[in-house]
Amino acid sequence: MIATRLRKGGSRSLDRLFPLILLPVALIALGPVLRLLLEGVGLGDGLTSEHLTTVLTREGTRTALLHSLVTAGGGTLISILIGASFAFLVALTDIRGKGALVFCLMVPMMIPPQITALAWMQVTGPSSVLLKMLGLAPPLGSPQPLHSPQGIVLLLGIQHASLVFLTLRAGLRMIPADLVEAARMCGGGTLRVWAQVVLPLSMPALIAGAAMAFVTALGNFGIPAMLGIPARYSTLPTLIYQRLVGLGPSVLPEVAVLSLLIGLVAIAGVLAGRVVLSRGGFGLVGLSGTPLAFSLGRARLPVEIALWAFIAMILVLPLLALLATSLIPAYGVPLSFETATFKAWHEALLVQPVTRRAYANSLFLAVAAALILMAICLPLAWLMERRPSRITRLLDGLIDLPYALPGVVLSIACILTFTRLPFTDLTLYGTIWIILMAYLARFFVVMLRPIQSSLAQLDPAMEEAAASVGARLGRRLRAIVLPLAAPSAAAGAILVFLTAVNELTVSALLWSSGTETLGVVIFNLEDSGETVMASALAMSITCLIIALMAAVQLGARHFPKGTIPWQS
Amino acid sequence: MAHLSLTNVGKTYGGSAQAAVADVNIEIRDGEFIVLVGPSGCGKSTLLRMVAGLETITQGEIRIGERLVNQLDPAERDIAMVFQNYALYPHMSVRDNMAYGLKNRGESKAVIEERVAEAARMLELRPYLNRKPRALSGGQRQRVAMGRAIVRQPSAFLFDEPLSNLDAKLRVSMRMEIRKLQKRLGTTSLYVTHDQLEAMTLADRLVVLNGGRVEQIGAPLEVYRAPASTFVASFIGAPAMSLLDANVENGQVMLDGHALAPVAHEAGPVTLGLRAEDLRITPGGVPMRVDYVEELGAQRIVHGFVGEQALAIIDTSEAPLPETVHLGVAPSRVHLFDARTGRRIETASQPVAVPAE
Repeated sequence: MIATRLRKGGSRSLDRLFPLILLPVALIALGPVLRLLLEGVGLGDGLTSEHLTTVLTREGTRTALLHSLVTAGGGTLISILIGASFAFLVALTDIRGKGALVFCLMVPMMIPPQITALAWMQVTGPSSVLLKMLGLAPPLGSPQPLHSPQGIVLLLGIQHASLVFLTLRAGLRMIPADLVEAARMCGGGTLRVWAQVVLPLSMPALIAGAAMAFVTALGNFGIPAMLGIPARYSTLPTLIYQRLVGLGPSVLPEVAVLSLLIGLVAIAGVLAGRVVLSRGGFGLVGLSGTPLAFSLGRARLPVEIALWAFIAMILVLPLLALLATSLIPAYGVPLSFETATFKAWHEALLVQPVTRRAYANSLFLAVAAALILMAICLPLAWLMERRPSRITRLLDGLIDLPYALPGVVLSIACILTFTRLPFTDLTLYGTIWIILMAYLARFFVVMLRPIQSSLAQLDPAMEEAAASVGARLGRRLRAIVLPLAAPSAAAGAILVFLTAVNELTVSALLWSSGTETLGVVIFNLEDSGETVMASALAMSITCLIIALMAAVQLGARHFPKGTIPWQS
Repeated sequence: MAHLSLTNVGKTYGGSAQAAVADVNIEIRDGEFIVLVGPSGCGKSTLLRMVAGLETITQGEIRIGERLVNQLDPAERDIAMVFQNYALYPHMSVRDNMAYGLKNRGESKAVIEERVAEAARMLELRPYLNRKPRALSGGQRQRVAMGRAIVRQPSAFLFDEPLSNLDAKLRVSMRMEIRKLQKRLGTTSLYVTHDQLEAMTLADRLVVLNGGRVEQIGAPLEVYRAPASTFVASFIGAPAMSLLDANVENGQVMLDGHALAPVAHEAGPVTLGLRAEDLRITPGGVPMRVDYVEELGAQRIVHGFVGEQALAIIDTSEAPLPETVHLGVAPSRVHLFDARTGRRIETASQPVAVPAE
C-alpha cells in the first residue's frame, strides 16, 4: 500500500512521513511488556529458568495466587449479580430515571479503589463515625469486618459491577425487539420470554463482561492493599508491592516472574471469554429501531425503590461515612455540630506539602498524559483508519495489552525498561517521567478507541471531496478530520484525565519521595493512621471526579455515540 | 378460524396530537385474505400490531371471532404473526423454533411432534429441522417463520411485510406459496405490504391506507377499476394513473381544449384520471407531444405532454412514432375526481365510442 503511494510522488510527502509515528507508539506502548517477557527468562544474567522455578515453587507465591483467584472470582460473581440485575432492568423494562441510575452506578468504577476501600471502612468497624452518630458502632477492639477476604470480594464486586453492566447492556441492545414480540405472541409470559429468549441471547455479552470484571479485579491493587495487608491476606499485586517496597530493586527478577504469572492468569481469563464469545455468535439478524420494553406494571415502583435503595447503599452510604470521618477533629472523636470542623480539609488541601505536591503531580501527570496522547492518537487513528497496513493492524491488536494487563505488571515492566535506558546511563527510575511513560502506555487505548470510532463513522468521501478540489493531506487533516474528530478526542482526553488522576496501582510501585500521586498519598496517609486527613483528601478527589463526570455528561450530546463509556 | 372485525379503530401516540391511525372499520370474513397496503408511514404496520396486541388500542374495538380482544395479551388472542425479519430465535434449531409456541401452551409431546412434522412437510423443511436459523438461506428462514405460524393453528395469521427481505425472484415464488398455503389452510389472514403488485396478487380484498385513514376497501379489480380517490388511483396500478387538470363542458371532458370523451357530469373543473393501458393512439383525438419512450419488449410506454401536463400511454405497435400522436380512450375507462377533494365522481359512462375523425 505504502510503496505504491510513494511512487506517486511529491504531493504526498506527508503520507510518507506519517508511518514514522508508529515507531515511538510501538516503543512506548509495547516495549515495556516485551522487556518484561524477556526478564522472565533471565535476560541480563544469561538465559535461565532459575527465577521461574524458585519463585513459582515458593509457598507464598502459591498462597497469593490462590488468594488472587478467590478474591477475583468471588468479586466477579458479585459484579455479575449487581451488573446483570441492573442491565436487565435498565435495558429491558420501563423503569423511570434510567440516565440518573446509570450515572450513579458508574461512579463506583470511576472512584479510585483505595477511596472505595477507605470509604467502606468508615461505614463498618468500631471507629466508624457514622455508626457512632447512630449509636450502632460495635465495641472498641472488635475487628474491622472488611479486613477479610469477604470484605475484599464484596468491594471488588461493587467496584467492577459497571463493567458487567455496560457490556451486557450493549449486548441487550443488539437483540431485535421483534424476537421478543414473536415470543410474546407465542404465549410466553414476561419471565418465560426472559429466561428462554433474552437470557440465552445475552449470554455471550454477560460472559464477556464477566471476563473483563475478572481481569480487572485480578489486577486491582487498591482494595486488597487497604483491606488485605492489615489482615495479612496477600494477593499477587500486594505481594509484588510488599516485596518490592520491602527489599528494593534487588528483587526485580523475582517480582518480574510474579507479574508474568498474574499477566498469564489475566490473559487466560480474557481468552476464555473470547472462546465462549466466538462459539456463541448467533449472528442476530435485523435491527428493530424499537428497544425492548417489558412493562413491569404494578411492580415498577417497588423495583425502582429497590434499585435506588441499592445505589444509596453502595454509593451514598460509604461517601457519607467518608464525609463524616473527614469532618471530625481527630480519629475517635464523635461527630456532632460542636465537633464538626474543616480542619482536616484545610490541613490536607492547603497546609501539608505532601498532599499539595501530590495534587500538583497527579494533575500534571493526568494533563500531560491526556495532551500527549491526544497529539499522538489523532494522526495514529487516521493512519489506522485510512491507510491500514499489516503493521497498523498488528498494533491495533496489541495496543489493548498495556491497559488490559494488571497495573502491577505494567509497572514492573516499566521499572525494568526505564531504570537504565537502553544504550545510555540515564535512568528514569525515581523521577516523575517514569510514571508519565507508564501512564502513556497504559492509557493509550483509552484515548485511541473513541477517536478511532469517530473516524470510522466519518465518510471518506468528505476527504476525497476535499482532495478533489486540491486540498493536500495536511490541509485536509486540519480542515476536515480534526474538527470532526475533535469532540471524541476531547471525550477521550477527559477519560484519560479521569483515569489518570485516580491512578494508584502503577504509581504505587513507581513513586518516590517528591513524585507522589494522589492515590499514593491517600494510601500512605491511611497506612500511617491519618485516617481523617486521608478521608478529607479522598472526599475532595471524589468531588472532583463526580464534577468532571457531570461535565462530560452535560456535554454528552456533542460527543459521537459510544465515546462516553457510561452512555450509548 | 374466525372472522375479524375492526370497529372505529384508532391510535394516538402519547404526546402527539395527530392520530397515527383513525376511524378504521374493516369486517374480515372467515378465511378471507386481506391486504393492508399503503406508502410507508401510512399506519398499516401500526394497525397490524394493534390487532396483534403489540400496540395498545386507544379508540374503537377489535374482535377476533366473537371475542373483544382490546385488553387481551398477545398470547391470548390466538393469532400468529410472521415478522419482516422473521424473528427466528437464533439459539434454537428449526424444530425448536416451530415448537416453541406449542410448548408454551403445554401441548403434549406427541401433538407437537406431529404438528411440526406436518408443517415441515408442507413447507419442505424436513431436511433442515435440526439446523440453526443462521445455516439457512433467506427463503428457508421465511418458510420457518411461516411454519412457526402454521403449527399453532391460530384463528388468524398476521403478516408484516414478510417478503421485503427477499430478492425479487424469490419474492414472486414465495408470494404464490403463501397464497396457496392460505387457501389450503383456510385461515383468516391480514397482510401488510407497501408493494401494490404484491397487494393485487395476494388479496381477496385490499385495504388502501393513507395517513392513518382507510381510502378504499375492495377486491383488487374493483379498486383498480374504480379507485375511490386520486390517492388510490395513483397508488394502485403500474405505471401509475396519470392525473390531469381538465374541464367538463357540454357533456364532454375537455383536455387542453380538446374533447376527449363524453361524460355525464355538470360543467366545471375536474381531475381526470387516465390509465396508460386504457389509452390508445388513434388517428384523431387529443394531440400529445412525445417526450420519450420506454421499450419493454411486449409493449412500450410512451411518455409525453398534453399542453403542459405529463401523461403516459401503453402502445403495442412497433412502428416509429411521430413527434405528436393523437389519443383516444373508451368513455367507460375515464375516471373523474373532484378537483377539490380528490374523491371519485361516479358518472354514468356512455357506451359511445370516440368518434373517429
